[in-house]
Amino acid sequence: MLSRTADNLFWIARYIERAETNARLLEVAARNALLPDTGGGNRNEWESVLRASGTSGLYADKYGKEAVQRNVETHMFFDRDNPSSVASCINAARENARIVRTALTTQVWEAINAAQAEMTELGRVERSSLSTSDMKDFALRHMAHVRGAILATQLRNDGYDFMNIGHYLERADSTARIIDVKYYVLLPNVSMVGSGLDNYQWRTVLHAMNSQRAFAWVYGGEVTAAKIVDFLVLNPQAPRSLIASAEGVVWHLERLAQTYGRTTTATARGRAILAGLNAITVADIFEEGLHDFLQRVLSEVLALGHEMSTSYLNGEAR
Amino acid sequence: MPEYFNEMYQGGEVRPPYKGIEGWASDMPVDLRGMKQSEAERLFRRIGITFAVYGEGGSPDRLIPFDMFPRIFAADEWDRLERGIKQRARALNCFLADVYDRGEMIRAGRIPGHLVYRNDAYEIAATGFLPPQGIFSHIVGIDLVRTGPDDFFVLEDNCRTPSGVSYMLENREIMMRMFPQLFHENRIAPVETYPALLKRTFDSVAPKKCEGEPRVVILTPGHFNSAYYEHSFLADMMGVELVEGSDLFVEGDFCWMRTTEGPRRVDVIYRRLDDGFIDPLCFRPDSMLGVPGLMNVYRSGGVTICSAPGAGVADDKAIYTYVPEMVRFYLGEEPILKNVPTWQCARDDECKYVLENLADLVVKEVHGSGGYGMLVGPKSTRDEIAFFRTKIEENPHNYIAQPTLALSTCPTFVDEGFAPRHVDLRPYCLVGKEINLVPGGLTRVALTEGSLVVNSSQGGGVKDTWVLAGR
Repeated sequence: MLSRTADNLFWIARYIERAETNARLLEVAARNALLPDTGGGNRNEWESVLRASGTSGLYADKYGKEAVQRNVETHMFFDRDNPSSVASCINAARENARIVRTALTTQVWEAINAAQAEMTELGRVERSSLSTSDMKDFALRHMAHVRGAILATQLRNDGYDFMNIGHYLERADSTARIIDVKYYVLLPNVSMVGSGLDNYQWRTVLHAMNSQRAFAWVYGGEVTAAKIVDFLVLNPQAPRSLIASAEGVVWHLERLAQTYGRTTTATARGRAILAGLNAITVADIFEEGLHDFLQRVLSEVLALGHEMSTSYLNGEAR
Repeated sequence: MPEYFNEMYQGGEVRPPYKGIEGWASDMPVDLRGMKQSEAERLFRRIGITFAVYGEGGSPDRLIPFDMFPRIFAADEWDRLERGIKQRARALNCFLADVYDRGEMIRAGRIPGHLVYRNDAYEIAATGFLPPQGIFSHIVGIDLVRTGPDDFFVLEDNCRTPSGVSYMLENREIMMRMFPQLFHENRIAPVETYPALLKRTFDSVAPKKCEGEPRVVILTPGHFNSAYYEHSFLADMMGVELVEGSDLFVEGDFCWMRTTEGPRRVDVIYRRLDDGFIDPLCFRPDSMLGVPGLMNVYRSGGVTICSAPGAGVADDKAIYTYVPEMVRFYLGEEPILKNVPTWQCARDDECKYVLENLADLVVKEVHGSGGYGMLVGPKSTRDEIAFFRTKIEENPHNYIAQPTLALSTCPTFVDEGFAPRHVDLRPYCLVGKEINLVPGGLTRVALTEGSLVVNSSQGGGVKDTWVLAGR
């Protein structure tokens, strides 16, 4: 398949997943902000979301230093000047889709097209009548539609593998970022670790991932940081966990290796990331420091993205 | 004004090819028609066929109006047209092979050498190399108008990369979807074989060095091009890759495409770029759209470019006058299709005639297209005529003139029922090892009452074109 086509397919999936991540990040902040202000501590839920999305600088340039809900929502959801806002992601996915229109089924194209059209509609709705949950629901509904159309209708060829690698790679990135939000929401003081406030914030992360019930089924009982990290990082049953994402990436990399009859540096790196996650425990993660661990995962994911380019997507492979 | 030939009615009688749909058209309630019309529009939007034909520019998201009233040819009418079109396509290719070789027609004094060799479209880089099967123009679009039952005139030839064929195919798809009963009741020859025939044409002109199954690609300027839909549509229908210049590179004696599995050799390139853009090392050095070194590969038989570089010289408006002569010279036959009488303003005596009769003539720029830069004498004001007079006097070489043709009309849906509107026709003739013409083409219609300009940029629409199968 043409490298450029593979690249477009890969990025369609990444943008779709990224739009969803942004919507979920907003939900985390909105719920954390609902906690009563217990005096002291940092009420910087909105700031934390900007940092986790990696767009604090862009935001400050346009809206100033202070992270207020309305502006953060605009920035993360509607703002075309922010290349990773939900609107920008949907737009970029559609542009990529238009270029490779013939590599997509009608259902996939129409799902992406509809998301774009309705996003434009949503931009005209009076903002005061639009809650954060409405926005999250909007993004989740459309992205599920696109993803569903891909899974149900796309030909299972190498293009399908590139789409899925894009999807799982972005999902790993997304989960790491959402967990990391928690790091930025500093608790008022150390004594509050493990307290009601701490647990509430962790629960919010689950909520944003629509995983509270799944979590309850798997672990039952108390919500603790260790359990949640186990669930979102190391449990292959959790669909958004890092390990499940890595398994997805590797599965499709192996399929490519089989189709093409050769492995690449991307294959090797994918396998290494998965092996690393298989070998680690929750205790190891806390010992390394959750934030440091997550940053390391993010940099490995980034590196794998580069390997994908050089091995398949930029046409330099020989 | 002259009497216009109405393709459906003659002397109060319905002409035979239209008998099968007369009832359908006159019995259709207005509200049903409105519904069908908006259904058609929705379908066009859904498949994304929103682009300008013939490089007329305009928004890539613009929809060209589709008129549901089909334009119909009887089997015997088409039979004659088909022979005429194929004959002309053959002669044009003979001419191209000749002018890039020994120039026999010029040596024989049958066409002035300067018209060919000093023509902007003549490519020095194409001389001395005979492409596979001797074919330069693989898709010949011949624009035709009709003035009477047996009178067809060629308005112009398109030997480079005529566009609009996706409309021919999609118009048919949509008519079949909306009015299946019409296709049961009438014996309408299918056009859907076009993509397969196109692929077969390309396969048949694979270069000498090609090993095994030829790999064909379509080279597009990119997704911002107004005809991008057509490029991707044809690639999809033929099952070949749609590439941009940056997807291709030259190494050694071959042209390669960048794929996820490494480089793959390309044998035939159906390019939808003008000559000037295909190779910055050979033509325009500022072109980012082409492939550096491609012409070397082409000339050494490593890749076939369709249409061949330089093919444009055959469809130049100044050369047009000599096409009937080409038919006689190369094929030894009498031309079946007539040319429109054309006056070259470059010639003093003819220019004089043109200036004296501006009010009755159509004046065109030699290199113009899309219905711009054109004077339709009988429909113009005194000021417009005076303005053109000055332009012609300033630069006579840039203009040709033709009589105002009485373009035939075909019934077209209007607010109250249907009414005659002027139409033209572009069939697409495929030339490779064999020569093929699908029974049909693109009919353009001037939707404004009385208008003779069918270009979509000037308020034109399109129709499905039927050829009835013989008994």
